[in-house]
Amino acid sequence: MSTKVQPITSQPNPTGKATTLTNEEILRYSRHLIMPEVGMEGQLKLKNAKALLIGTGGLGAPLGLYLAAAGVGHLGLVDFDVVDFTNLQRQVTFGSDDVGKPKALAAQARLSNLNPDIEIETFETKLTSENALELFKDFDIIVDGTDNFPTRYLVNDACILLGKPNVYGSIFRFEGQVTVFGMPDGPCYRCLYPEPPPPGLVPSCAEGGVLGVLPGIVGSIQAMETIKLILGTGESLKGRLLLFDALAMKFRELKLRKNHSCPMCGDHPTITKLIDYYEFCGVRGEEAPGPDVQVPEITPRDLKSRLDRGDDLFILDVREPHEFQICNLNGHLIPLGELPRRVHELDSSREIVAHCRSGKRSAEAVDFLRKAGFRKILNLKGGILAWSDEVDPSVPKY
Amino acid sequence: MSVKVIIPTPLRVYAGKADSTEVSAKTVGEALGQLTNKFGDLRKHLFTEDGKLRSFVNVYVNDEDIRYLSKENTPTKDGDTISIVPSIAGGFV
Repeated sequence: MSTKVQPITSQPNPTGKATTLTNEEILRYSRHLIMPEVGMEGQLKLKNAKALLIGTGGLGAPLGLYLAAAGVGHLGLVDFDVVDFTNLQRQVTFGSDDVGKPKALAAQARLSNLNPDIEIETFETKLTSENALELFKDFDIIVDGTDNFPTRYLVNDACILLGKPNVYGSIFRFEGQVTVFGMPDGPCYRCLYPEPPPPGLVPSCAEGGVLGVLPGIVGSIQAMETIKLILGTGESLKGRLLLFDALAMKFRELKLRKNHSCPMCGDHPTITKLIDYYEFCGVRGEEAPGPDVQVPEITPRDLKSRLDRGDDLFILDVREPHEFQICNLNGHLIPLGELPRRVHELDSSREIVAHCRSGKRSAEAVDFLRKAGFRKILNLKGGILAWSDEVDPSVPKY
Repeated sequence: MSVKVIIPTPLRVYAGKADSTEVSAKTVGEALGQLTNKFGDLRKHLFTEDGKLRSFVNVYVNDEDIRYLSKENTPTKDGDTISIVPSIAGGFV
């Protein structure tokens, strides 16, 4: 499947490298210019640099804002997503008015307003094995602010094949990881993690949540690393994995070595072209990583009519207590992780309907209980989200 | 040998929400064994069914990756810190 990439350029491409700054630019970048580590030479390097941001969301927000403000002359923004209300808690490029707009275009508008002197190219497309090399080839630095394993491996491999640095940042709840891959003699993402976790074993951000400031901090560190690479100054995070724990407010650093038998960047690479990353990561199509469990289901409408009829149904809520506080269907709360040791609270002779937020965790619960011998158990299809859409809109979605 | 094991955010839910724990161990393997004895739910997240450390979970003694030391036989000494660092993918969701 190939997606055609249509760049939308806010200004025409420059024909050559800039060698001067306008008086307006000198004023704008004055705090850089008076610093010997940047100066006129550094500012011109920034102006002539091309950075591609993969993802314009949580990490992409501070990245885009700071790189645009710093005067990185050519920014590419790759995102196929649309701004929604749950993004605004952390994706500070966007305002409430942007909800419903394509992220790449909303970010372009905001960044152009911040700095009209730079070029911003948008790619409203999903990054794929078919378009990645073509997309990356004109950029000097790739900045990875994606949210899923297939794209992480794709970005890594494409950067190694093209010999481009990959400024990597990743977050979970209140913990972040930052490093720079793809540098000459430096390690790559596969040196750090040869394989992705199997689907379902590591919760995604949508399940796990994320403290809004965290991507701001991690994305800002990525922006700093990007600018240092452009300026060729300081010590990059190459070969070092920076771990940040926001709750403990601790930074730690681990050594990250190049694996000489790495299939991608080792002495004898066995991966010489881009592969199918969804297959590699065990997920198909656009579905989020999650357990592929087939269990008997009930739709929200059917559940409602059965409850109205007075059927004896036991509602089992497998979410976490803090989610129960947001909204609930008067169910019996046993978080998925506690289910194995709290099975005795359930009566297998009664008919049970399990639910969670979206239907994924409860599918795991139903699967587990069926294996434990429960026969009369159904999964509420689509969870509380679908219940809110189809039965009772007064139940908030989160 | 008293060794501190740092449990990363994504795995804390399987470790009674603890962010770290002290174990007494002479090697990394012993330390991880004690950790998973203490928190049984952690086992399947750290090890495959045949008992091998999963490839998306890296383990460090202080700042060094045990894959470049003696893997699970890497010796530990009093006051060492073992970090478990799983891959996380989050970004813009």
